[in-house]
Amino acid sequence: MALEATEKSPLGKAIKRKEDPRLIRGQGRYLDDIVLPRMLYMALVRSPYAHARIKSIRLDEARRVPGVKAIITGEDLAAANLAWMPTLAGDKQMVLAAGKVLFQYQEVAAVVAETRAAAEDGAQCVEVDYEPLQVVVDPFFALSSEAPVLREDREQKDNHIWHWAVGDQGAADEALAKSPVRVKEKIRMPRVHPAPIEPCGCVADYQKSTGKLTWYVTSQAPHAHRTVLSLVSGLPEHLIHVISPDVGGGFGNKVPVYPGYVCAVVLSLQLGRPVKWVESRSENIATTNFARDYHMTAEIGATEEGIVTALKVSTVADHGAFDAAADPTRFPAGLFSIVTGSYRFPQAFAEVDGVYTNKAPGGVAYRCSFRVTEASFLIERTMQSLALKLGLDPVELRRRNFIRPEEFPYNSPLGWTYDSGQYEKTLQKAMSLIDYDGLRAEQAQRRERGELVGIGVSTFTEIVGAGPSNTFDILGIKMFDSCEIRIHPTGKAIARLGTRHQGQGHETTFAQLIAHELGLSAADILVEEGDTDTAPYGLGTYASRSTPTAGGAAALAARRIRQKAQKIAAHLLEISPDDTEWDGIHFHAKGLESRQVSMVDVALAAYTNLPEGMEPGLEATFYYDPPNLTFPNGAYIAVVSIDRGTGQVKVERFVAVDDCGTVINPMVVEGQVHGGLTEGFGIAFMQEIAFDEDGNCLAPNFMEYLVPTAVETPNWETGRTETPSPHHPIGAKGVGESPNVGSPAAFVNAVVDALSPHGVTNVEIPMFPWKIWEILSQHHLAR
Amino acid sequence: MEKVESRAEVPVTLTINGETRTALAESRTLLAYFIRENLELTGTHVGCDTTSCGACTVLVDGVPVKSCTMLAVQADGHVVETVEGLDKDGVLHPLQQAFWDNHGLQCGFCTPGMLMTSLALLRKNPNVTEDVVRHAISGNLCRCTGYVNIVKSVIEAGQKMALEEV
Repeated sequence: MALEATEKSPLGKAIKRKEDPRLIRGQGRYLDDIVLPRMLYMALVRSPYAHARIKSIRLDEARRVPGVKAIITGEDLAAANLAWMPTLAGDKQMVLAAGKVLFQYQEVAAVVAETRAAAEDGAQCVEVDYEPLQVVVDPFFALSSEAPVLREDREQKDNHIWHWAVGDQGAADEALAKSPVRVKEKIRMPRVHPAPIEPCGCVADYQKSTGKLTWYVTSQAPHAHRTVLSLVSGLPEHLIHVISPDVGGGFGNKVPVYPGYVCAVVLSLQLGRPVKWVESRSENIATTNFARDYHMTAEIGATEEGIVTALKVSTVADHGAFDAAADPTRFPAGLFSIVTGSYRFPQAFAEVDGVYTNKAPGGVAYRCSFRVTEASFLIERTMQSLALKLGLDPVELRRRNFIRPEEFPYNSPLGWTYDSGQYEKTLQKAMSLIDYDGLRAEQAQRRERGELVGIGVSTFTEIVGAGPSNTFDILGIKMFDSCEIRIHPTGKAIARLGTRHQGQGHETTFAQLIAHELGLSAADILVEEGDTDTAPYGLGTYASRSTPTAGGAAALAARRIRQKAQKIAAHLLEISPDDTEWDGIHFHAKGLESRQVSMVDVALAAYTNLPEGMEPGLEATFYYDPPNLTFPNGAYIAVVSIDRGTGQVKVERFVAVDDCGTVINPMVVEGQVHGGLTEGFGIAFMQEIAFDEDGNCLAPNFMEYLVPTAVETPNWETGRTETPSPHHPIGAKGVGESPNVGSPAAFVNAVVDALSPHGVTNVEIPMFPWKIWEILSQHHLAR
Repeated sequence: MEKVESRAEVPVTLTINGETRTALAESRTLLAYFIRENLELTGTHVGCDTTSCGACTVLVDGVPVKSCTMLAVQADGHVVETVEGLDKDGVLHPLQQAFWDNHGLQCGFCTPGMLMTSLALLRKNPNVTEDVVRHAISGNLCRCTGYVNIVKSVIEAGQKMALEEV
């Protein structure tokens, strides 16, 4: 159902972004820019230990610090029944430590003062006596009987959170046993953090006289946060007004509710004054939700010809101290069951075990639709191993196993119905752009000269747009999304959606989409998100869901307006609605195109000159419950060379061909791809939150937690194929996360390809130079 | 004793975007917060606490400085430029225009720092190569764009500035 962009339609055009004029002038309004009269500042006291009992907390000295107004501890919250809060994954999390701490930098007390500095001074002066306990860092040890039970609050006396399985285990085992070729890989995706440049924060402003709480918060999901806050605090939901101002990047980090938010709200309620809390970078990386930390094993069975027969996957998921993942309720391991990828596996089975350890809680979907990055990395890496074992070019192996265009809708053995794709065509396009055959020839020559050169391929399928209400909810709330459009008498419009962009350009792209549907100019449509008092209820922006869900709602709200507009147009044309036609820009009399009225004419008439008996106004709201998820996909090819002296990997070229269905704005899509590839590059080469055996976080800031700078980031080359989603109102699939999901495997496959002639079949990420140098050294390749 | 001294407020006078301003600040106040909170110019952002991200970059006497790592009192008597001083009478600076034209920003949080670092670079020499730009902005982190369009924007702005100089 792809919609062709008519000459006048803005759909598919690289329109410059409407949000930019304010942002390039420094006139964005981010959370920390909000200052209210009589506002106080909050700072948190955090534990230096990863696991310890709290023997005492002394506040006397902190209270004497000039400017300090109040201090709360876990005991105070317990008295108000607020010591624990629910996580989006259905677990619970301590707001302030209750009796003991379970991870380093855990929140222990909150200090509020007249200035930011005084609050920090006060926090420094809170004295806490800890009794250190045995620390559990390794999730496999956590599962052993020797490990101490970390969560004493649970009835279950071990560190196992849940077991989740999907597929037919017996059939997968049998098919594997019968397969003449088998490969098995252990693959770890280490703990990483999304680390948007703006940290998290909030301003809680409770007015005692009205009983209304206005809560400014760095939120990717303001409506969900309103509901959660209402449930946690007991405040009536209509008296909570959540405003998510300009958000300085999110990538999943700003989906959960954090203890600092709850403390700021509690203190504002208590003091009747606005309370601001903005975390530091260290607090952001060390305590707010991490991602990944999946320890995976995959086994693929295949025929001698390289036709896959079965896939079996088992995984240990380290969730840290609390399961604070933001996954849909029925999916504790997210959409990990996309692990069969782009291939026709007749049989598959996957299981995941969630585990508690003494680390910060999580994990969020970091630029990824709930554990899809993990799944994609695992299958694309293991396919590389299979190609090596069979002695097949990785491209040829993939071609033999791709789901074919005529097989869509395709039912995967793990329960998904893939909507559409042209995998072979997409791969072919990537190969042409990079001259794959030429590259292989060049690689052979360079290898003869002693160079370590590799070519890595990843042909992934994503699953996004959660999701259909029969399957997807968060804490019971169905994962639909919404749009309200109001057309003003002069033909200008405002649209509000339940999503909340963080740089994705919704103010521009949704205006283009709605303009296309209504025959208006995108410039005449104001798109607003992030204010719960004005926007219709929606589940927010993450998991590449905005275009698949709210985008669908926007198109259908616009079509609902068009239905009414057609009746008004007929009235203006003095014909019957049945004789009225919409050509994308105008309504006209059937067969008589010269007799026409525009949407602007109709808008004025909706307020001034209506057919008799018709309700005035021209607006509509649509809550869109998507019938299926969407399945963006792509073919990525990386070329790397390895310095034998230093172990440094240089990405010489990277071509990404994405198929995200109908494209609303190609400039924005390309920007999303550039950004996602860069985060995938960071994950492959440098981003890791590691811990020592005492549970000390070894990368709590940008000195140790390395994210890509402009120097090492490759110059990305992009292309696309366009296979519309058959069920989405405009055929769009979503794109923000594909590049982050698909690229890590391409980098690793390239490095493995460079080293495989020397017997290397697996390299762990992140591929730090020292790690590669060690491998070179072991294989007598170091210089 | 130290704590008491660091809380004592002293007057800080500086020229910011061409205007001379004086405000009281604790001697421990960082320039970034002085600009944001005392002078109410919130275009300068704070993204880390280790001088790593560059979101707070401003120009002090024409030199890019990470204002989270300089005390406000150190800027006393100096000339400071921030993102708010870039456009003149509503007309965008070539850098701002190029970032807009080339999709050089997404969430916009790193953008003010990125613009100020680039401004210092292009003032020295507007004819820059990709490699020069990439090294010049290596102290400014962006998590959204992957830098490609930022580099493109800076090169394009440099070309325009070179023409204006002629």
